[in-house]
Amino acid sequence: MTTAPAIRLTSLTKSFGSVHAVDGVHLDVAPGEFFSMLGPSGSGKTTVLRLIAGFETPTSGTIELFGEDVTSKAPFDRDVNTVFQDYALFPHMSVLENVAYGLRVRGMGKQERRERAAAALETVRLAGLGDRKPSQLSGGQRQRVALARATVVEPKVLLLDEPLGALDLKLREQMQVELKEIQRDLGITFIFVTHDQEEALTLSDRIAVFSEGRIVQLGTPREIYERPSNSFVADFVGTSNVFTGEMARTVVGTVGDFSIRPERMRVTAGSKPGTNAATGTVVETIYVGGSTRVVVDLDAGQRVNVLMSNDAGGDVDKLRGTAVTLSWAAADVVTLASENTTTR
Amino acid sequence: MHRLRSVDRGVAGNQGIVTPLMTSDITSRRDAAAVPPIRDTAARRGSTFLTAHPRARLWLLLSAPLTWLVVVYIVALVALLITAFWKVDSFTGEIQIDWTLDNIVTVVTGSLYHVVTLRTLGVALAVTIIDIALALPIAFYMAKVASPRLQRILVIAVLMPLWASYLVKVYAWRSVLSGEGILQWVLNPFGIEGPGYGITATIITLSYLWLPYVILPIYAGLERVPDSLIEASSDLGAKSWSSIRLIVFPMILPAIIAGSIFSFCLSLGDYITVNIVGGASQMLGNLVYTNVGTANNLPLAAAVALIPIVIIFGYLFTVRRTGALDNL
Repeated sequence: MTTAPAIRLTSLTKSFGSVHAVDGVHLDVAPGEFFSMLGPSGSGKTTVLRLIAGFETPTSGTIELFGEDVTSKAPFDRDVNTVFQDYALFPHMSVLENVAYGLRVRGMGKQERRERAAAALETVRLAGLGDRKPSQLSGGQRQRVALARATVVEPKVLLLDEPLGALDLKLREQMQVELKEIQRDLGITFIFVTHDQEEALTLSDRIAVFSEGRIVQLGTPREIYERPSNSFVADFVGTSNVFTGEMARTVVGTVGDFSIRPERMRVTAGSKPGTNAATGTVVETIYVGGSTRVVVDLDAGQRVNVLMSNDAGGDVDKLRGTAVTLSWAAADVVTLASENTTTR
Repeated sequence: MHRLRSVDRGVAGNQGIVTPLMTSDITSRRDAAAVPPIRDTAARRGSTFLTAHPRARLWLLLSAPLTWLVVVYIVALVALLITAFWKVDSFTGEIQIDWTLDNIVTVVTGSLYHVVTLRTLGVALAVTIIDIALALPIAFYMAKVASPRLQRILVIAVLMPLWASYLVKVYAWRSVLSGEGILQWVLNPFGIEGPGYGITATIITLSYLWLPYVILPIYAGLERVPDSLIEASSDLGAKSWSSIRLIVFPMILPAIIAGSIFSFCLSLGDYITVNIVGGASQMLGNLVYTNVGTANNLPLAAAVALIPIVIIFGYLFTVRRTGALDNL
């Protein structure tokens, strides 16, 4: 017998008036998995999260939590907890009272809940700040309080709604590592909503890419990045050079939809046509730290991006305005499905 | 893959194809007419002076309202308070500038003033409690349940009674509450006697009059409670009532107190409503009115007027500790 999935969504649909925010989503999330829902704003990922939490009721479809149908249950009857995008800390309570809140409404005694809350604050490295008000904390600290508050009640599934969105870059990278550690320590399922493709790629065991209320690709970070199933995924997850129709026939040599990652292309000076190669003119070179982004107008007419590592040597800037040849390995050409297909 | 991540950051989240500014975009602007230079005018020199002198700016802004406030408002009030320490010549009825504590002593010791003060206080408290009880569910519905469109309609509906004259509204209640009025007509089949004119009628009418002033601050307070806090409370396992008691109520308490200040203070000073629907009952305002008018004893009226002022200061002082005044 296989264990029931932590979350199972079946034909989940949510409409607001005539808008289908979530349009027939099927999804299984395994226990203990770090699962990300990735997509642009308005793609329905947050609505799916709110449906799982119980803040919205689905128009149709079911939500199962470890085999139990929770579709019509109130949020307070579901064994899932949420870390909100704005943290949603109670401003009139101290940090410790915030963390102890879930235990308090469950009727736990004052002494015990204070001890547990203090322990939870320790795991998020906020020991000693329990007496402060949320307004006296920095963004990163509030984030950790929200995490402690949601995990202290030991949910089966933790939902995270763009929890790192409000933090600055350094803090975000640090919190990414901490999130991953906390998830490993607790061993519970994390469902992580983000529009940041790198965050999803670094953190997740699996990713569901959302577009227009549907899952357009479901897979491991490597699959999503290296084998995008269609042009939307190829373009949304990282930068891609997508060739379609007549352009594909000219550049790639076959009819269909194809994608080549910028870092998989090489630039050489001079015009040397050939297979797995295309000629063009460099429009712009942009220094981006570890590498240089080279923008090339192909003679075939399309503008493409190439990423060159700066440790390769040579002055890339000199290429601006000159004719170049782009080349790639046949294996780096990813064939895309011509239309968005929902994967199960 | 790790190196790639730092690369993508370099373009500040732009995931798409980079479109560099073409040289032709720049040259095309040269053809347009030149932007005219800024002209030097008197108004401009004045603005420059004010920008450099923030104090002058402040005086210019506040001198007129400050004069108004001091002359018309504070001076009038202080004049009234001083009057309380003068007396009236019993023969001529003229005010004598003759310093005395007699009026204060009369007001503090006279049993009539005790009774009327307690009655006024009771009415003000009852009106405040009734208004808060009515305003809470209405404000909650407006702020958290109603659609944005309905929300706007309800705000207008709450404000609408304020467009009508005070007197018209009180006389409307007089007719509702009269022996042959609508209320009696509704209650008759049940064999219930209506309240008639009196303290109850006064409380009902005042509650009606001040309700908008209580709803609006509470509504504004609820608007400031983010929905995500209520969701978070529910998410953490709190049933609806616990969420209201532990999250919503503590957060809107200052707003409730702000509303109560309106209904309490306005009730405390009222004398027209009680005249029209209060039957024989008197409130502090009536005593002031009688003393100014019929009794022609302005100093005593001023002394009576001190009572609600003292009560209101006491109330504001108590309330200040809750932080409600920060919310006004």
